Amino acid sequence: MGDLAAKLTEELTCETVFTIPILGGIPISESVVVTWIIMAALLVISILLTRNLKVHHISRRQAAVEAGVTALENIISGILGEEGKAYGTYLFTVLVYLAIANLIGLLGFKPPTKDLNVTAALALMSIVLIEYAGIHKKGVKKWLKGFSEPIAIVTPINILEIFIRPLSLCMRLFGNVLGGFVVMELIKTIIPVVIPVPFSFYFDIFDGLIQAYVFVFLTGLFINEAIE
Amino acid sequence: MTSSTLLAIGAGIAVLSGIGAGIGIGIATGKATEAVARQPEAEGKISKLLLLGSALAEATAIYGFVIALMVIILLQ
Repeated sequence: MGDLAAKLTEELTCETVFTIPILGGIPISESVVVTWIIMAALLVISILLTRNLKVHHISRRQAAVEAGVTALENIISGILGEEGKAYGTYLFTVLVYLAIANLIGLLGFKPPTKDLNVTAALALMSIVLIEYAGIHKKGVKKWLKGFSEPIAIVTPINILEIFIRPLSLCMRLFGNVLGGFVVMELIKTIIPVVIPVPFSFYFDIFDGLIQAYVFVFLTGLFINEAIE
Repeated sequence: MTSSTLLAIGAGIAVLSGIGAGIGIGIATGKATEAVARQPEAEGKISKLLLLGSALAEATAIYGFVIALMVIILLQ
């Protein structure tokens, strides 16, 4: 029990890798560094894949990229609908980032989504975008009026929703990634060979991709609801 | 009883919230299967709704898990 608790505490705390020596020292944690690695990898891959794009006689690489981008765009525009198309690019980026962040544990890095601060930041960005979309579409007056719909008595619940939505988004992603990780660790301590493989497929690959999709799906759904 | 025993019991009780999520997702999946059997052409829409419902139902289990973690880590 004490041993497990110590291990869990170790997994929950995010270590500081180094400190930037300005303004009294800014600590840089491990999740930030892994995020930088993902950003760099995505940037390089994007540049490599989109070089020499042509209209006619496209190469095999271009055809594959186009098919992949179209498939992802279809998923996102299916959630957002016609009116929210402008917000698709952000959701696309978050989807790709989260998918890689959840899978990067396979390469031996610590997944950034296992850090509560990362998921909290993503959830905050989502709720800001959702409310911005509502204000942008309806104007401040109508947006404020929207809180007392359908009847005036639900106003406190509607206001509470602003805080509950990001909390729920943040906790869902964090809890799922950490939960999968803890279960995998327990299985590995009991039976270290063969048995963990199918579980790893479920918890590391399937669950990570599903959670990335669910995060983007819910954000898109809330945006869609806000601009209706 | 030592305090660590009580902590373990508390964490176990917190994780009991998984029961609700399990029942909810089970019912949702059952109904989705029925719906697809009745109208196979609506499969895309149904699976999207099923995923959304499962994600929302699963949240309660996740909250239970997070509370159990907090019980073990913060109270020991």
